[in-house]
Amino acid sequence: MNAVTDPILTIRDLNKTYAGGFQALKNINLDINEGEIIALLGPNGAGKTTLISVICGIVQASSGSVQVAGFDIVKNYRKTRSMIGLVPQELTTDSFESVWSTVAFSRGLFGKSARPDHIEKVLKDLSLWEKKDDMIMTLSGGMKRRVLIAKALSHEPTVLFLDEPTAGVDVSLRKDMWNIVEELKAAGVTIILTTHYIEEAEEIADRVGVINNGQLILVEEKTKLMSKLGKKQVTLDLTESLTAIPSALCDYSLELSEDGNQLIYTFSTGGDRTGVTALLDDLKLANIHFRDLNTTQSSLEDIFVNLVEESS
Amino acid sequence: MNVYAILAIYKFEMARTRRTLVQSIVAPVISTSLYFIVFGAAIGSRITEVEGVSYGAFIVPGLIMLNLLMHSISNASFAIYFPKFVGTVYEVLSAPVSTVEVVAGYVGAAATKSIILGMIILLTATFFIDIQIEHPIIMLLFVVLTSITFSLLGFILGIWADNFEKLSVVPSLIVTPLVFLGGSFYSTEMLPPFWQSVSLLNPVLYLVSGLRWSFYEIAEVNIIVSLASITAFMLLCFSLVVYMFTTGYKLRS
Ligand SMILES: Nc1ncnc2c1ncn2[C@@H]1O[C@H](COP(=O)(O)OP(=O)(O)O)[C@@H](O)[C@H]1O
Ligand SMILES: [Mg+2]
Repeated sequence: MNAVTDPILTIRDLNKTYAGGFQALKNINLDINEGEIIALLGPNGAGKTTLISVICGIVQASSGSVQVAGFDIVKNYRKTRSMIGLVPQELTTDSFESVWSTVAFSRGLFGKSARPDHIEKVLKDLSLWEKKDDMIMTLSGGMKRRVLIAKALSHEPTVLFLDEPTAGVDVSLRKDMWNIVEELKAAGVTIILTTHYIEEAEEIADRVGVINNGQLILVEEKTKLMSKLGKKQVTLDLTESLTAIPSALCDYSLELSEDGNQLIYTFSTGGDRTGVTALLDDLKLANIHFRDLNTTQSSLEDIFVNLVEESS
Repeated sequence: MNVYAILAIYKFEMARTRRTLVQSIVAPVISTSLYFIVFGAAIGSRITEVEGVSYGAFIVPGLIMLNLLMHSISNASFAIYFPKFVGTVYEVLSAPVSTVEVVAGYVGAAATKSIILGMIILLTATFFIDIQIEHPIIMLLFVVLTSITFSLLGFILGIWADNFEKLSVVPSLIVTPLVFLGGSFYSTEMLPPFWQSVSLLNPVLYLVSGLRWSFYEIAEVNIIVSLASITAFMLLCFSLVVYMFTTGYKLRS
């Protein structure tokens, strides 16, 4: 097979049932391509962290398999784990260590020889350089998050997991983080992130996967997803209010606002013909006039909410 | 072999010791000195000799054993319990390290601390009494084997414990009594025959006896038996750690 097109991560029939009997992952199948940014969206408790934890070796799968660059995560754990960097969801850091030593520790733990120049670059990129000798305990939450990112990048991973990286994070860290993500992507690093913030996925992901109740509901390129499932609305502010939608217009999926002053037309962005022109012609024929016209497009958020509601 | 990982864990643990130097070194030295003042000087002046050795000198191997056991267990158990407790253990679990490497790092560091501590206690003792060591190599071997074995035991305890209570219960409720009843501060020959036989069921007796033999060539059980039992116990603990880590017991849900 051609190495370029082989996925970097292959998940097959993956199941996880926790000791208490709760099934957190249900038959997950997913291929992730080298160098892409994939966002896993899903409500709390959907199984995102569990999925990441299985791939990283923190949680044992109940059945199924995961391969990283063709290596099995159980049989060849040394190979797969040394390729992976993980920024966990929780702020779990040492307390009494200095920033520098905890980051250097991570690099060693992942089997890499010391490279102070690399650690220096990582710390500078994350605006941690001034804090390098500070005890982690003395840092703010945002700074601790940066330390966790630095630890994950210390051993130059080719696959990076960011588990809800921006939850409770300030604007400057978000900016720094997306700069780093861009830079890593340019260097060919594959990035898998989970998030609640759909704007985030909209902003940076190439593909989006939606998880709910332990199931991967869909995986789609972001742009395709939005055109396939996205909806547009045209709102017309009428010059004279209506009491009901005229029968001449009943072929269109129209809605009349409560006060009768607005007509709302909803259509799918995926179709070739939107029907807007025909609607406007028919409005004229029906002698309905409008003062103003607004269009809105559904965001990934609306799509996501619809999907999750449908699946549960 | 991920040597960088072993070194990283080892250095991390040794740095932790340096931060808690008072607790790790100074406290045991003070308590040892107190033992000598109370047992050696006050009581020892009434008990002249035990099996041909002055009482103060007689208790030195027992004191060293007591410290090795307590500190090996508490150091190693805390080393793994704490990361588990605060969550930082995720990093070790997701790292490309084998069980043997993780154990080498954590247990190696805990054992190193215990060995250093044992030597410091020996040194402290020389300020109070004259000590001759008949078999220094065997003495060192015993100290090293005991430190490694009980650090392994501590590691097992740290993985198993899911609260601080469990963590402290083993050293204080099991190890301390075993050490005190294991002939650390008396010869079992001073006991009635029945209790002499019961004492032979105490594993710590074999350790104290072996270490004392390396000092003064006096022993309750044959030195070979002592060496064999500590080695067997070490292998048992090691197998248990490997089993726990490989199956993910209490570490990987
Ligand atoms: N160690 C565990 N034992 C039992 N259940 C767990 C454990 N960890 C997570 N869960 C459960 O599995 C589900 C998925 O959790 P998680 O993967 O953390 O979801 P997410 O990251 O999408 O919020 C939740 O219902 C959670 O309560
Ligand atoms: Mg989560």
